[in-house]
Amino acid sequence: MVSRVVVGAHYGLRDWLIQRITAVLMVLYIFAMTGYLLMQPVLGYDVWTALFSSLVVRTFTLLFLLALFYHAWVGVRDIVMDYVNSAAIRLVIHVLVILALIIYSIWSVEILWGM
Amino acid sequence: MKFRIYRYNPDTDTAPYMQDYELEIRHDDSTQGKMLLDALLMIKQQDDSLSLRKSCREGVCGSDAMNINGRNGLACITPLHTLKEPVELRPLPGLPVIRDLIVDMTQFFKQYHSVKPYLINNEPPPETERLQSPEQRAHLNGLYECILCGCCTTSCPSFWWNPDKFVGPAGLLQAYRFVADTRDQATSERLDDLEDPYRLFRCHTIMNCVDVCPKELNPTEAIGKIKDMMVKRMV
Repeated sequence: MVSRVVVGAHYGLRDWLIQRITAVLMVLYIFAMTGYLLMQPVLGYDVWTALFSSLVVRTFTLLFLLALFYHAWVGVRDIVMDYVNSAAIRLVIHVLVILALIIYSIWSVEILWGM
Repeated sequence: MKFRIYRYNPDTDTAPYMQDYELEIRHDDSTQGKMLLDALLMIKQQDDSLSLRKSCREGVCGSDAMNINGRNGLACITPLHTLKEPVELRPLPGLPVIRDLIVDMTQFFKQYHSVKPYLINNEPPPETERLQSPEQRAHLNGLYECILCGCCTTSCPSFWWNPDKFVGPAGLLQAYRFVADTRDQATSERLDDLEDPYRLFRCHTIMNCVDVCPKELNPTEAIGKIKDMMVKRMV
């Protein structure tokens, strides 16, 4: 058994707190969105395009997606920390996840503003 | 009454196995006060090879913590009549077994020591004692009573998975006991030490610790209060 375990990465609180804040943001967005969509008598193409032509909806949708990506980063990192023992492989997976999330973020902007 | 007990002797057994025992215990008024430890000692009279730890036999020393019908607890304060038969007894989960119901608690105490569970105050000690107001002292209630039996920490999946890095509920309860103590001067250092993705933040608030604590303490609440203090310090 290794007698000296090195700990103290000093980012526990920040990520824990951000995960909670992003969770609240996502819940608010999901409630608002579900509420609005349930109130529509007919859910057709017109309703969807009208909804996403609004700058406010686009902005909050982007905020929701960014919150989702950060939330997912903390969760996925926690899982990788638990199940991947080699630090080198862990680092590679972390970098791949970060890259994927950055690409998703750019893609989200493109989808929301490219319509 | 039927019992199934985990047996393992590293000198003679290649693998652990469950052994059945039966005791003549009548369910009447005379057995109402009988505890599981009484039954275990009766079994030990039948079969003296059965090994277990015990000392005070009244829930103060924390020696006879074990897994009773799937739930951690102290044998000496678990009434026999509350147990479903056959009573399945196993050693505390997540720690190496030395023999039968005896586990190696080195890792548990290593984590306990890592939080510096003692008062740190560099001022010269006063003539008499370091005083606290009754209100300040009241903050320590529910924290100092821990007997270090290990029931909570060994029921925590985060500790099973990361016993070398996650302090575990018992250690974190003691960490908060000194953070909450007005006489202690090392609060920032203590918070710094726990500000880590493993040491404190592997707690995902599933509250197994609260569920099993034989002294009815609440490590989850203490962990939450440590997080509160860290947030207050940051914002």
